[in-house]
Amino acid sequence: MNKVPNNKAWWLVLPVFLLVAFSAVVPMMTVVNYSVQDIFDQSSRYFVGADWYRQVLQDPRLHDSLLRQFIYSACVLLIEIPLGIAVALTMPTKGRWSSLCLIVMAIPLLIPWNVVGTIWQIFGRADIGLLGASLNQLGINYNYAANTMDAWVTVLVMDVWHWTSLVALLCYSGLRAIPDVYYQAARIDRASAWAVFRHIQLPKMKNVLLIAVMLRFMDSFMIYTEPFVLTGGGPGNATTFLSQTLTQMAVGQFDLGPAAAFSLVYFLIILLVSWLFYTAMTHADKQ
Amino acid sequence: MDWMAWTLPTTIFFASIGLLLLGMTLYELRRPCVERRGFLPIATSRGDRLFIGLLVSAYLHLLVIGLSDWNLWVASLLSLAWLLVVMRWG
Repeated sequence: MNKVPNNKAWWLVLPVFLLVAFSAVVPMMTVVNYSVQDIFDQSSRYFVGADWYRQVLQDPRLHDSLLRQFIYSACVLLIEIPLGIAVALTMPTKGRWSSLCLIVMAIPLLIPWNVVGTIWQIFGRADIGLLGASLNQLGINYNYAANTMDAWVTVLVMDVWHWTSLVALLCYSGLRAIPDVYYQAARIDRASAWAVFRHIQLPKMKNVLLIAVMLRFMDSFMIYTEPFVLTGGGPGNATTFLSQTLTQMAVGQFDLGPAAAFSLVYFLIILLVSWLFYTAMTHADKQ
Repeated sequence: MDWMAWTLPTTIFFASIGLLLLGMTLYELRRPCVERRGFLPIATSRGDRLFIGLLVSAYLHLLVIGLSDWNLWVASLLSLAWLLVVMRWG
C-alpha cells in the first residue's frame, strides 16, 4: 500500500515546537553558552573554551557521584522491574478486589517527592521512627544517618516503595491486554505456568516493560528530592547522587561555568540511554 | 539576547546545526529518503544517521577532552570524518 505523504500536517506540530523551543531549546542553548565562559556578572564574562569540560571530566568528585548514580539506577531497575512484574501477576483480575488493589497501588504514586523523603526520614529514625526503633529493638544496629550501608538500603527501599507501583500498574495493563485465546491455546497444550509466563505474558508485556524501564531509569538517574530530604547526601557523600552534586556546584558555589558543562555531560548520558531504549522499542515493533 | 550570553564559537556551532537541519528538511522535501541498512546494526533513515553521527561526535569530543591532551580540533576533524562516513555508509 502506498501512502500519500502530506507534509502540510507538519504545520500542526508547530505549536508544540514553539513551546519546546521556549521551554527547553533556548534554555539549553544558554547553558551551552555558559559552559564555555567564566561568568562573574552580566558585564564581565570571559571565553575559556573547553576548560570547564576538562575540569569536570577530570573531577574525582563527579566520577564518584556518577558511579554512585549508575549503581543506584541499576539497583532500582534490578529490584523494581522483577518485583513489579511479580505484583502485576498476582493482582486479582476482576471484581471489587481488583479496583481496591489498583487504588492502593496508586497511592504511593500520588505522594510528592519531598513528602516521601520526610515520611521515610521519620519512619527510619532510630529513636522515634517505627522502622528504625523496631529494628534496633530487635537487636539490629540500624542508623541511616551514620552507616553508609543503612543509608543506601533506606534510599533504595524508599524508591522501591514509591515507584514499584508504577511498574506493576504498567505491567498489569499489559497483562489485561492479552486476549484470552492465548491462554486457551496454552491450556490445550498443557503449558506450565512458567511456559505461559515465558512465551505469552512476557513477550506481550515487552512494550510496556520497555516504557517502565525507560521511565524508571530516567527518574532514578535524575533523583534529587528524596535522598536530599532523607539523608542530605550523607553520611559523608555516600548518597550524594549526580543532581545533588550538580546543584551544590551551581547554586551552592555559584560555579555556573563548570555546572553548565557538567549538566551537558549529564544531558548527553541521558540522551544516549533514552535513544537506545527508544530504538530498542521501535525496532521491537517492526519485527 | 544579551541574557543568553552568546559567544562567537557557540553562535557558529548552533548556526551550523540549524543550517544542517534546514538543509536536511529541504533535501527530504526534494528527495524523500527510504530507510536502509548500512554498517550500523539497525535500518536507519537519513535523519537517524545524522543524529547518530552528531551524538557520537559529542562523545568523541568528551573523550578527547577527558582522556587526552590533544587539541580539540583533532576531535572535530575526526567527528567530521565520522559524520561523512556514517551519512554515506551507515
